[in-house]
Amino acid sequence: MSEFEDIPGTYLFDKDRCHDGYQFNMFCMSLVKPKNRQAFRSDEASYMDKWPLTESQRRSVLERDWLGMIKAGGNIYYTSKIAATDGRSFQFVAAAMSGVPEEEYRSMMMAGGRPVEGNRSKRETD
Amino acid sequence: MARVVAGLATSHVPAIGAAMDLGKTKESYWKPLFDGYEPARKWLADLNPDVIIMVYNDHGSAFSLEVIPTFAIGVAEKFLPADEGWGPRPVPAVHGHPGLAWHLAESLILNEFDMTIVNEMTVDHGLTVPLSIACGEQKNWPCPVIPLSVNVVQYPPPTGKRCFDLGRAIRKSVKTYDKDLKVVVFGTGGMSHQLHGERAGLINSEFDKNFLADLTRNPQRLIELPHIEYVREAGAEGIEMVMWLVMRGALDENAVEIYQHYHVPASNTATGLMILENQPLTV
Repeated sequence: MSEFEDIPGTYLFDKDRCHDGYQFNMFCMSLVKPKNRQAFRSDEASYMDKWPLTESQRRSVLERDWLGMIKAGGNIYYTSKIAATDGRSFQFVAAAMSGVPEEEYRSMMMAGGRPVEGNRSKRETD
Repeated sequence: MARVVAGLATSHVPAIGAAMDLGKTKESYWKPLFDGYEPARKWLADLNPDVIIMVYNDHGSAFSLEVIPTFAIGVAEKFLPADEGWGPRPVPAVHGHPGLAWHLAESLILNEFDMTIVNEMTVDHGLTVPLSIACGEQKNWPCPVIPLSVNVVQYPPPTGKRCFDLGRAIRKSVKTYDKDLKVVVFGTGGMSHQLHGERAGLINSEFDKNFLADLTRNPQRLIELPHIEYVREAGAEGIEMVMWLVMRGALDENAVEIYQHYHVPASNTATGLMILENQPLTV
């Protein structure tokens, strides 16, 4: 296991994730154009047909499973363009990925954020 | 001769730009952060630089995964704000400085930094938010800006040492430009934050404060910090802080700290701002 994989709840965007997620992230990238955002909004499934996506990539988008998108090779700076298309913030997406309501996540951030203690290594969390 | 006179490092959180664009800076959530920016804005306005070299990273805007330059320099006359999915930020277009930018591109490459030269690019929050932080709301940005982008999205980003050495090469290259220009180098990104995964929201103020303390007087410790330390201690996206080392390398060894400001949180992020100045030239 690489030393990065030992960090809990973290999916470093490395060579394997870039390789597996390339088409998926390029689909996300297309949403920086207003006409593409409109086409995606009007029929998400057909819009995504233009890219050779895996079933888990497609499903994660349709279900807005933000953590699933990352696990399927998505990079946060690319999947955030789906969030932007939905009018959602980075904070909304971060809360969803960490599995808590946005208000609870926001309170955690106001109180100084998620502590590093206990979050450095999977050996600490398992 | 042109000369790097000062450096400014700052976070570039998109929500900070949005707070300004939506007029929320006086709200209790944002006020302490923006109050801390006032002295920096006054300092920059008083200094009145001729050019800013902005070391920043693109977030899938001008570049995508299609082409991933480790270091790129924008040599155009003009750079428009990018649409990142929310529509472009309502901020002025950024005017470049093709003369100095081309000089830097040539000189850096001949000094063995193999820059990608960019004639056309948009600039995203990574560049426009630091300008908003340092200049406030403006009809036009106060001076030309040379975008110098660093890949920190696709692993691996350049090492801290490579970033610091790029800064040193920038300092040397600026000195060989034959026009009398006051140059400020910005390093942007950070501080501790993680935007993805179950660990999203990670903040490590102790790491950040040690980073701020060592940047001026003990940069060697930071230069040697491996990527795994940033990712584990400061969050996966905290690795952006290697860009602060480009700024540090562009300043003299005995540069002095003028100001620092640290605040948690801005959205998902711990924010920092630091100003360094070179000592006046002794005759």
